[in-house]
Amino acid sequence: MRASPPLSRVVLTGVGLTSPNGNDLGSFRHALLEGVSGVVPFETRHMGAVIAGVCDFDERKHQSRKARRRGTRAGSIAIYCAHEALNAAGADLAQVDPSRVGVYVGTTEHGNVETEQEIASLREYDDDTRYWSHHHNPRTVANNPAGEVTINLGITGPHYCIGAACAAGNVGIIQAVQQLQLGVVDLALGGGVSESIHTFGIFASFRSEGALGHHEDPTRASRPFDKARNGIVVSEGGCLYVLERLEDALTRNAPILAEVVGYAVNSDAHDFVLPLAERQAQCMRAALRVADLEPGDVDIVSTHATSTPQGDVQEARALKEVFGASARTRINNTKSFIGHTMGAAGALELAGNLPSFSDHKIHPTINVDDPDPDCWIDSMVVGTPQSAERIDTILNNSFGMLGINSCVIVRRWTSDAA
Amino acid sequence: MTEDGLKKIILDIIHDIAPDEDLSDVDPAVRLRDQLDLDSMDFLDIVMELRKRYKVEVPEEDYMELSTLNGCVSYLMPKFQEKGIEASASA
Repeated sequence: MRASPPLSRVVLTGVGLTSPNGNDLGSFRHALLEGVSGVVPFETRHMGAVIAGVCDFDERKHQSRKARRRGTRAGSIAIYCAHEALNAAGADLAQVDPSRVGVYVGTTEHGNVETEQEIASLREYDDDTRYWSHHHNPRTVANNPAGEVTINLGITGPHYCIGAACAAGNVGIIQAVQQLQLGVVDLALGGGVSESIHTFGIFASFRSEGALGHHEDPTRASRPFDKARNGIVVSEGGCLYVLERLEDALTRNAPILAEVVGYAVNSDAHDFVLPLAERQAQCMRAALRVADLEPGDVDIVSTHATSTPQGDVQEARALKEVFGASARTRINNTKSFIGHTMGAAGALELAGNLPSFSDHKIHPTINVDDPDPDCWIDSMVVGTPQSAERIDTILNNSFGMLGINSCVIVRRWTSDAA
Repeated sequence: MTEDGLKKIILDIIHDIAPDEDLSDVDPAVRLRDQLDLDSMDFLDIVMELRKRYKVEVPEEDYMELSTLNGCVSYLMPKFQEKGIEASASA
């Protein structure tokens, strides 16, 4: 059997993001260190007042009004993130063969927002389907957000969305890494987006499950690991990275945010909605094996925990099993600030931790007023940031319905690591 | 309904469909697609908006009648008159 050549090393060279508490990495990081939430009162069809994480990026910055009208919110988020990521990476598409650029966007779901809107509009015309928009199909095809990016930027390489429930942000990154390693593309945009707050269905379904987070103060509703947590806060957001093979990034003197050294995706094979600690632990260990690291090598675990009573306990059990003996590892959570950005969550939550490599701080989990002993781990960082002498490795968890688990591990880049 | 009134109705629809376009200097005799950034989906939007706002139907075989502003007026005027539409362009 022919031996496989070693896989190329892949690095993150730029990130573009919109989060409910920041529209670029600097402002997002600042909000995470200062305890600034992005959860606000929100109105949704049929349900009225709810709470949600809402983004306020400038849709017009990289998109015409006509393109925005024709497309989707998810497409608009993806276009914004793609431009910002390319700018941050100093990557000039005019200098790149556009057929060698790939766009891999993770989504929890796509099309619900647009379908719901069309149905609501149709009601105004007595359900006469002659009034159903010709834009419905291009808006709701599953590749829409990624495809809008290629149209906007003139990218002619592959594009598609990766449906991976709430693990999608991580899986978008993983897909980009794999396509670079396979030599399919030379430059990739990978990550995830979500427009989910614009469909009432996601709120109503979580409420029917008894899993919709609520609190009289919206900023305190998302409270993973707190005894009083009562469910998910639904949020929109987006985060795309520019990924390149290490040798290409070095050749063009690109800024290197981190190297993706390990990843894993597995399946619970257990339940539609309930998570499974055993399989989550297996996923984390599989990612560590790929990275050739031990749990004790990991400085930060960015948890997936969504503030549901059962989910947080399962992840905490998995974390104790894998990292319980690691004195070096610190554990935090981003959803406590911004809620659950669904398809964007994995990519966004990783991004918020990347500046740790240079500012040597670990952002906390907020809203943990009364730690739940069923999911408490002494290495959790709560309330205020912690400092560390050096941070080299981050493991980012992102899990989703139907029992999908994903982990991405990144390492601080130094020139002597080349 | 005057010709100018109908032109304004058409231009108001185009403005909503293509809000980035400058419509102040549209030549009514020149194909709309040759002077504005409009494609086939935009023309379907024009047809849809005529249906939604004025209950005016444009069958597919007549789409070419809408290629210029003058063509729109010639083709749509009888339909608007038939429906007794005298509303302002903001209807």
